[in-house]
Amino acid sequence: MAKILEKRLIREPDVYYYKIAAPLISRKAQPGQFVIIRLHEKGERIPLSLADINPGEGTISLIVMAVGKTTTEFSHYQTGDEILDLCGPLGMPTHIEKVGNVVLVGGGFGVAPLYPIAKAFKAAGNAVTVIMGARNKDLLIYEQEMQQVCDKVLVTTDDGSKGSKGVVTMTLKQELETGSVGLVMAVGPAVMMKFVCETTKPFNTRTIVSLNPIMIDGTGMCGGCRVFVGGETKFACTDGPEFDGHLVDWDLLMNRQKAYKTEEQESFESWKQRHDRMLGKERQPVCE
Amino acid sequence: MTGAGGEKKKPAKIIPHKTPIPEQDPRIRRTNFNEVSLGYTPEMARAEAERCLNCKDPKCVTGCPVGVSIPRFIQAIKAGEFDQALAIIRNENLLPAVCGRVCPQESQCEQRCTLGKKFEPVAIGRLERFIADWSGEHGRQDAQAAVALTGKKVAIVGSGPAGLACAYDLAKLGHAITIFEALHEAGGVLVYGIPEFRLPKKIVAREISTLKKMGVEIVTNAVIGKLISVDELMRDFDACFIGTGAGLPKFMGIEGEHLSGVYSANEFLTRINLMRAYSTPEYDTPIRRGERVAVVGGGNVAIDSARTAMRLGARETVIIYRRSEAEMPARREEVHHAKEEGLMFELLTCPVRIIGENGHVAAVECVRMELGEPDASGRCCSLAKKGSEFLVRADTVIMAVGTNTNPLVSRSTRDLAVNKRGYIIADERTGRTSREGVYAGGDIVTGSATVISALGAGRKAAQAIHIYLTGKS
Repeated sequence: MAKILEKRLIREPDVYYYKIAAPLISRKAQPGQFVIIRLHEKGERIPLSLADINPGEGTISLIVMAVGKTTTEFSHYQTGDEILDLCGPLGMPTHIEKVGNVVLVGGGFGVAPLYPIAKAFKAAGNAVTVIMGARNKDLLIYEQEMQQVCDKVLVTTDDGSKGSKGVVTMTLKQELETGSVGLVMAVGPAVMMKFVCETTKPFNTRTIVSLNPIMIDGTGMCGGCRVFVGGETKFACTDGPEFDGHLVDWDLLMNRQKAYKTEEQESFESWKQRHDRMLGKERQPVCE
Repeated sequence: MTGAGGEKKKPAKIIPHKTPIPEQDPRIRRTNFNEVSLGYTPEMARAEAERCLNCKDPKCVTGCPVGVSIPRFIQAIKAGEFDQALAIIRNENLLPAVCGRVCPQESQCEQRCTLGKKFEPVAIGRLERFIADWSGEHGRQDAQAAVALTGKKVAIVGSGPAGLACAYDLAKLGHAITIFEALHEAGGVLVYGIPEFRLPKKIVAREISTLKKMGVEIVTNAVIGKLISVDELMRDFDACFIGTGAGLPKFMGIEGEHLSGVYSANEFLTRINLMRAYSTPEYDTPIRRGERVAVVGGGNVAIDSARTAMRLGARETVIIYRRSEAEMPARREEVHHAKEEGLMFELLTCPVRIIGENGHVAAVECVRMELGEPDASGRCCSLAKKGSEFLVRADTVIMAVGTNTNPLVSRSTRDLAVNKRGYIIADERTGRTSREGVYAGGDIVTGSATVISALGAGRKAAQAIHIYLTGKS
């Protein structure tokens, strides 16, 4: 059991911040790693990237967008509630080294796991630039937090409501054209990471991505998280989740991510019906 | 020849066949996850025990990896002394309810049964299972009180058969045991791998609760090598046993293995067994219910996957195996059960690529094989016949072609010697590794093997750890 010490909505309508008591995990966890949670006896195991690690307090933080059944159910958990299973830290940590200028690219709530990574690159003596993109200014998260730990924060929005109008790759290209970028790292939806890699390729700039395939055990047993990298089968849980983005077969990854779309939809619908029925009976407010 | 009939027996009384065991009807059982075999009644067990010749020089014992005193426990059954029979088995085998169900008896004890030379051998596995179940149902699962505590602490990494056996023996000897399990449930392959219809989870839970009653502590969600390293364990514990089991699944490296609808057997079985995906949406983990399922491989894991797919509602399920049925490593009884349930076989067949449609599996292109000379493993190698390509239509493909090592422990432990394939190097008799106080056994040492051999390795290591900790055997 792991207790939620703090939970709050950080972006309307569906992105939540959780601080969870995890003394052992926080002692060992490194930027770039993830945990697996299972909410209750009948729950599924889902991997979640670490958005912050605080060994002093014995806590880890997660940023979760309520998109499917489990994440929505999780969004109904409140401060003081407990998660049945919390397992980690899993995966290999980000390889932190001094390269000079590091550009981190975050799409959507993928900015969250970049926060501990940004801190670590900064602490290793790098100049750290973050490019964060969203459809509009209301969907941006972690901007202030990033301002505090990075040298430069560049915002892009599809509609131009904040920062430059357009997508992250346009801003990234401008940064690459300065010729001083030693390393690019991207975290976010697969399609965004794919385009980041296509942007950096002509500049021959090393590009690390954090892959998010379907995963079950996360401990090197089931093989569900296999990805195709550089012509070889690799496992995101033990070999990754970070890989050289120029070697990743993106189309295969995106295809495998969709494998359970129908089943996930059905599960979500069925849960919503049960949930609404329950709420109807007990006349409880949905959540805060 | 080999001393059949210790006492003067009347050969006329020999019953050529095993006492039949009640089973669920194949047409019904292929639609549910309940156990196939219903087990002997006390009367059936005693009748089967009558068949044992009680040989002076019992060959069956030499076929048992842990050396259970088989004729002795069978004689006890014959006399109706079921408690005594359990005590005799438990001396050597801590998980009789499990082993009676999953051991490949036909290549172990029963293969060497004297009666089996002319007739069907004594049904040793069924009798072992009977005693274990009878005792469990009658509350006789003895949680043996530990002897005086030694004050020594042992960490056990992994709660599969090797770890459980090691924990049981060491706890009995008075050591304080903590088992660290990576998953959220204890039991290892017994809970994530072997399906309910072959090994009900309540049987595994009973064995684990016996351990807990003996004072063994089990910590779940603890990935050794990530959360805590073996080096750290060795600071808090006096010794450590590594039984992390089989690792990541192998793939064939053929085109199309990354299509959606292609599973490793580990993933497929884990979704079903550990995560209970067969009862979605009550449980959250999804599974694709294939109509036409092709399973590649000929071991127990392949048969388990195929029979699971049938129970999920597949109309056609086929095993694709590159050798012939005689070479199949699966338990013969399971192959027989699977055939009764309607499983089909493409033998002497090897997949060459998986063909997709819109990113999803549509067919497996196969080639016919022929057997050549026996290879180093003693099994005939198989060679592709040119021009024999054909298609097996499938919407789900399950690859059950073995496993590689799990690297988490070896990567994170100082001075722990592994071989070039990544398996931990451990002494065969003691499980001793290159690190003082660190022992290992089971699949992480030998590669994929059986439950009983992992159990044997766990027990040998327990003996060696006891000697290491106390200086006495």
